[in-house]
Amino acid sequence: MNSVQRCYFDHNATTPLAPEALETMVTCLGQVYGNASSIHHFGQSAKQRLEQARRELASLMHASPAELVFTSGGTEADNLAVLGVARARTESKRHAITTAIEHPAVLGPCAQLEREGVAVTRVRAGSSGVVNPDDVRAALRPETVLISVMHANNELGTLQPIAEISRIAREAEVPLHVDGVQALGKIAVDVNELGVDLYSVSGHKIYAPKGAGALYVRKGTKLAPISYGGHHERDRRPGTENVPGIAALGTAADLAARSLAADGERLKALRDRLENGVLERIGGSGVNGSRWNRTPNTSNLYFDGIDGEALVIALDLRGFAVSTGSACSSGAITPSHVLTAIGLASDRARASMRFSLGRSNTADHVDALVEALEASVAHLRRISMHA
Amino acid sequence: MPEAPIAVAMSGGVDSSTVAALLARQGHAIVGMTMQLWNQRRLPELWVEDQAPAGPGRCCSLDDVYDARRVAEQIGVPYYVVNFERQFEDQVVKPFVAEYLAGRTPIPCTLCNNYIKFDRFLEMADAVGARWMATGHYARTRYDAVSGRYQLLRAVDGSKDQTYFLFGLTQPQLARTLFPLGELTKPEVRELARSMGLAVAAKGDSQEICFVPNGDYAAFLNAYLKETGQETGHDPQAARGAIVTADGRKLGEHSGVHHFTVGQRRGLGVATGEPLYVISTDAASQQVVVGGNHQLLRGSFYAREVNWISIEGVTEPVRAEVKIRNKHAAALATLCATADAARVQVIFDDAQRAVTPGQGAVFYAGDLVLGGGWIE
Repeated sequence: MNSVQRCYFDHNATTPLAPEALETMVTCLGQVYGNASSIHHFGQSAKQRLEQARRELASLMHASPAELVFTSGGTEADNLAVLGVARARTESKRHAITTAIEHPAVLGPCAQLEREGVAVTRVRAGSSGVVNPDDVRAALRPETVLISVMHANNELGTLQPIAEISRIAREAEVPLHVDGVQALGKIAVDVNELGVDLYSVSGHKIYAPKGAGALYVRKGTKLAPISYGGHHERDRRPGTENVPGIAALGTAADLAARSLAADGERLKALRDRLENGVLERIGGSGVNGSRWNRTPNTSNLYFDGIDGEALVIALDLRGFAVSTGSACSSGAITPSHVLTAIGLASDRARASMRFSLGRSNTADHVDALVEALEASVAHLRRISMHA
Repeated sequence: MPEAPIAVAMSGGVDSSTVAALLARQGHAIVGMTMQLWNQRRLPELWVEDQAPAGPGRCCSLDDVYDARRVAEQIGVPYYVVNFERQFEDQVVKPFVAEYLAGRTPIPCTLCNNYIKFDRFLEMADAVGARWMATGHYARTRYDAVSGRYQLLRAVDGSKDQTYFLFGLTQPQLARTLFPLGELTKPEVRELARSMGLAVAAKGDSQEICFVPNGDYAAFLNAYLKETGQETGHDPQAARGAIVTADGRKLGEHSGVHHFTVGQRRGLGVATGEPLYVISTDAASQQVVVGGNHQLLRGSFYAREVNWISIEGVTEPVRAEVKIRNKHAAALATLCATADAARVQVIFDDAQRAVTPGQGAVFYAGDLVLGGGWIE
């Protein structure tokens, strides 16, 4: 069983390291060991790598390099944005708006804000998996200090109407944070066109290593630090910078900028091949959320009458890595909060599966996956009829 | 996939770890799976300072999953954690609570075996293409060609025998179940674990009811009822019913029949000359009847929902040794049929002490388990 060929269809959980990013990382680990804050040559070499990475990442998002704060990853970037913006305000009465389909890295700090006395509104998403900007407008209060809406949903891939929400935020003079972890590197992102004030980025979702991420903070946005120490990252995020990880993030961003359009088209074709294959060959299956307006690599499908957990294991034993939803929620007793929020009955939510494609996937992989799915789903349905 | 694998239920303890390692060593393809049954972070008031929420000997603690995963990695087999918390709460915890509130003394392990381990787990085994499942239970099975039935037998190690908790196994379940430890003694299992270099070889045995910390089931009931909003606002310490003698004399008060089990002596809170025991409880009137040791003796009882294993059932009276709780030395009795095939009358040769409603009654013929049911 250990000899099966393995195909990876879980790129929204994490991506393999791009060879170019690995090379950057190894070079830095081996040679660029200085502390980027040091005055001497070694420190300066590290600082150069850091600033090169900042330019590379800024270029991918059309930001100014000075507006990027490097973090340990997407979760820290989300925490810094949500807690940092709300805590920068001192009014006793504060209110924040987010959505019911956010990642735990945003829902968690929002729950913490509630414990700190900030009221939080979680806007619902319709069955399409898309938030209605009017609902965000309706949730506004005079004391609203933050709006946080994700760009692409991690489970469905659905894109949220960020540009429209940013106009609403502008009008109300409320800072807008966007969790862009599942969008950057998959679709074109321009922070100015989108009109966002803060934008979270994770390295390991764009073929860079784990342990490096960033938060875009528009110039003039008030942000309180959430940890304390030295004067790194313009006093916004203390701690000696993870230069090898950040440099590799820069390389990965540069790669993404160059291959974005081609990758997107190729992955969309593969994703559609997967969905069409499944819908054609497996009865009682369908797509969760909107089929339009999604990241090109993500597909969330249901197979009525099966247990998603069992299907993940059965597919893994056949060599296919997929997931029932967010890796950060796996092992949870309740079905996905995202699928529940878009109105799926719990049976169908438990029968749902996320497929997220990436650079290494080929049409052959997809065809083999469809075949394995057809066999596994038929097997699981046969058993549950006997049970 | 080459050979259909064996799904091994791995708890992270020494027994199931040894099963997995033994089967792997014999060259079988196996898939290790740990059942996540109960979230130990629930009911925080039950946490004990130094061992919460992942303390030793607790079911489904992160430590146990860590141990199971480590063993699977060591023997090089695929391993998964499967979440049955929802089913466990519905089919084990809720009935456990309801039985206590009804004044009976339940055995959740049997329910767990019937509805989770040999049902949901077997379904999951099916799902991943496994033909067999194996567990670390101390019991034996064999196919008897004469009767055409799968039989269940006591383990060779009588002190570890777990057949008392397995009386609900059906023929289709037994047909697909392997108990590789049934022929071994516990010291032999530990020695095997040591010789195979398993990290869990010296790990302590698990406690009796895995989801009830420190065996304090009354505290568990109170915390669970409160969390699930079933508490009626009643102070768990306040008086709720009377403690009376068989002839109706009131000796004291108590805070709910679920604190008492038949045969219990300690914790009655009443002092008289002779030692007093709980003779019976009644949930409707919240009455606890107490009396002397001799009043605990019963010559017969009825068992309901009987599952027959090694025989098809009884029509004529059948002689058997009957166990009425796990630590009970089986007593000679006659099983008599009733109009209902799943209900029998058990008539002891010698009256037995503390026949407790809600517990299992398991019928043996030597090592053979004939079947078993629930004491009415």
